[in-house]
Amino acid sequence: MRPLTDEETKTMFEKLSKYIGENIKLLVDRPDGTYCFRLHNDRVYYMSEKILKLATNISRDKLVSVGTCFGKFTKTHKFRLHITALDFLAPYAKFKVWVKPGAEQSFLYGNHVLKSGLGRITDNTMQYQGVVVYSMADVPLGFGVAAKSTQECRRVDPMTIVVFHQADVGEFIRSEDTLT
Amino acid sequence: MGRKLDPTNKVKRGPGRKARKQKGAETELAKFLTDEESGPKRLSSRARKRAVKRSQDSKNIKDVAKEQPKKGFTDENNEWLKPAKRKRKIDQPESEDDSDDQWEEEEEEEVEEEEEGGNKIGKKGASLGIEEVDDDDDDDDDDDDEEMVDDYGALEDSSDEEGAEEGSDGEDLLPIERAAKKQKKLKEAMTQESEEDDDSGDDDEDEEGENADADMDEEDTVQANIDEMDQFRLPGAEEREKEGVLPVDLQTIHQRIKDNIDVLSHFATKREAGRERSEYVSLLKKDLCTYYSYNNFLIEKLMDIFPLSELIDFLEANEIQRPVTIRTNTLKTRRRDLAQALINRGVNLDPIGKWSKVGLVIYDSSVPIGATPEYLAGQYMLQGASSFLPVMALSPQEGESVLDMSSAPGGKTTYIAQLMRNTGVIVANDANADRLKSVVGNIHRLGVTNTVVCNYDGRKFPKVMGGFDRVLLDAPCSGTGVISKDPAVKTSKDEADIQRSAHLQKELILAAIDSVNAESPTGGYLVYCTCSITVEENEWVVDYALKKRNVKLVPTGLDFGKEGFTRFKERRFHPSLRLSRRFYPHSHNMDGFFVAKLKKFSNTVPATAEEKEEQDADTSEATVATDNPAEKPSKEEKTKKSVPGKAGTSQDKAQANGTAAKKTTNIQPKGKKDLPTGPKKPKIAKIDGETVKGAEGKKSTIKTAGESKESGAGKKGGSRFEKKLDQKRKSPKKNNRLGKNKFKKLKKMLEREDA
Repeated sequence: MRPLTDEETKTMFEKLSKYIGENIKLLVDRPDGTYCFRLHNDRVYYMSEKILKLATNISRDKLVSVGTCFGKFTKTHKFRLHITALDFLAPYAKFKVWVKPGAEQSFLYGNHVLKSGLGRITDNTMQYQGVVVYSMADVPLGFGVAAKSTQECRRVDPMTIVVFHQADVGEFIRSEDTLT
Repeated sequence: MGRKLDPTNKVKRGPGRKARKQKGAETELAKFLTDEESGPKRLSSRARKRAVKRSQDSKNIKDVAKEQPKKGFTDENNEWLKPAKRKRKIDQPESEDDSDDQWEEEEEEEVEEEEEGGNKIGKKGASLGIEEVDDDDDDDDDDDDEEMVDDYGALEDSSDEEGAEEGSDGEDLLPIERAAKKQKKLKEAMTQESEEDDDSGDDDEDEEGENADADMDEEDTVQANIDEMDQFRLPGAEEREKEGVLPVDLQTIHQRIKDNIDVLSHFATKREAGRERSEYVSLLKKDLCTYYSYNNFLIEKLMDIFPLSELIDFLEANEIQRPVTIRTNTLKTRRRDLAQALINRGVNLDPIGKWSKVGLVIYDSSVPIGATPEYLAGQYMLQGASSFLPVMALSPQEGESVLDMSSAPGGKTTYIAQLMRNTGVIVANDANADRLKSVVGNIHRLGVTNTVVCNYDGRKFPKVMGGFDRVLLDAPCSGTGVISKDPAVKTSKDEADIQRSAHLQKELILAAIDSVNAESPTGGYLVYCTCSITVEENEWVVDYALKKRNVKLVPTGLDFGKEGFTRFKERRFHPSLRLSRRFYPHSHNMDGFFVAKLKKFSNTVPATAEEKEEQDADTSEATVATDNPAEKPSKEEKTKKSVPGKAGTSQDKAQANGTAAKKTTNIQPKGKKDLPTGPKKPKIAKIDGETVKGAEGKKSTIKTAGESKESGAGKKGGSRFEKKLDQKRKSPKKNNRLGKNKFKKLKKMLEREDA
């Protein structure tokens, strides 16, 4: 386990800022203690200082997970967000998409959100903007990228994709093995 | 003739699958039907009498039924827990109500015409005697099958010959009654309806006759093999051999088990002369093995644990699944909101009981309960009711550090986290790396952020870190409490398996105790639980820990469950084991479970067994010449036992151990030999401290310069631990000094006593 290098920090923060914008600083400066990011097995974990201290007792090969896993660095040094980061993305998300109850299931099985399943969308969403997907009951279901801007969404026909799927909570079951 | 639904005489059947839903419909139906029924049926006087009797009977039955669940569940669980219903159906004859109902109409129609005929027969019977009645019967019922008549005759013969109760009863009856009975039987063979057809004019006689009839009727409906039932006899050796060859009939075996247990529970009165209890027991064992398909070993174990009546309940309860229960994740939602959301998805649920504020029972569901969007969003966790209990017993407080020693699949870990509201630190350990994946998945799904997941062997954990406020040890076990989940346990376990897991559990519980910090201001607790019900894996392990470490049992805080055993067969455990709790599938409708809560009152590790033995040897050597040897060993034992017992007394916690240890040594009149043993303990503590310190040091050297911040943090942690170790090191010394004072006092006392 080690702190991120500058390069890695930059890559990761760029990715995060696509979803939560400048709210990133709320993640780092928290009123309830110092929180930090650590890299372990190519994965980025977000934890409080207190837990970090305790985790240093554990040898590297025996440590499985600390705090919350945000995502992992690929072999090409890109950063990929995991669904496990949703707990921290959802409260700070700038752009949101709500899906209709009928389309919930489809999204949770890993499909893109179609216009027909689109319940609401934040105004002024740009194309290719990172969005967090909610159910109509305001339960966060995952995140993705807007395929169309809000204006375009109004015009397109029902079968057009409006949000590209990136991660959904169904992955907790579907890909439990690769989460961390 | 069409059957009419009579709402006034509604047959109560068991609560069906949809009974809960359709209450409204029933009342409506009743309303609707009363209109139709407004003109009551004209009943004959006898029919009315019978109706009264029937209603009384059904009332009685209902009362019994009402009282039964209380017998099963002594706690508030009876609200949601229903007594186990059997999965394997045995062809039981219809209950009396049912049969009555079915044949009522025919009966009523026939009553009038038969009254006359019956009277005739009765009078004839009275005047002419029995033989003629027989003939008469035959004449009367030409349409009866020949076979049936023959059958009946045979039955009568056999009953007479065997001198069974029936026969003797028959002899006591008046001729008229006998006649009545015979005719009734004959008719019953065909239609089972003409109970009261043969009446004399006399009412009193008629009453008696009816009583007898009713009795007969009950017996008849219960079983066809009455003569087997009224006196159970053990099958001979050749019969058993035959049984081995022929395919087994489960029904007869079930009947035999019932009868056998009946005999065993009233052994003095119902036994067959000249038969030993062991013969009955061995037959029962064999039958149970066959009927429930257990192996011999496990049945024996279970027979040791349960009384016979409970044993059957337990075995039956293992045949059915426990209800599906879920736990609300209070980090993300509230139980009320979750229940509403699930009801909207077509799930039929209820709160689990008064004892839990987060549990829900799922009765049925139109959607898979483990894949709803609510589940995926982490609003609840699928978890057995019994898994709530150890965490509730642990009652972790906010800001504490908690260790879950064998955490997979993370149900209990996440419950701990939600009780701590995501504060403090939880270390979730498991020996199996594959199973840890589910822990990680569940932790993230439920939004738990205060957890470190690691993959150590629990036995080595004290070397990694210690000083936890609370530790939960859900030890790996043989799983004899969860047979309904995993029926393979029935046959796969044997003595060696139990011993193996018991040994592992003993190692683990010591490691768990060593990881607890006794000086913690809020905690210092350990909860030990298993999903096994064998004594070897539960009470014995805890008893072992009480002997080996400075821990005491404290109440679990669970207000239901059965007390742990303090004595089992030849073993005697510490009396405080009463504070542990056992849970059974048949009495609590949750998996079989054992929970014990221990409080650690001193961080020092008492002298090990070998050391004590050494001491014993020394003392005996030293005192052979001086003291009478008979007295001393008993004293030794006493003091040894009092080591864990001291916990309960008001003595200073830290002191307790020291003094106790001192006492064991001080009983010798000349205290030469105990001098080396005194400083041993501090030395051990010091060695421990050094090793831990050394490990810390190694770690700090590994760290690179780039992570100065982190290493600083590590040092801080290290220093904290060192402080604690310092305390540890100091305290034994203190004990030592105090002990010396005590030693002098004791010596004086002993001298006085000697004088």
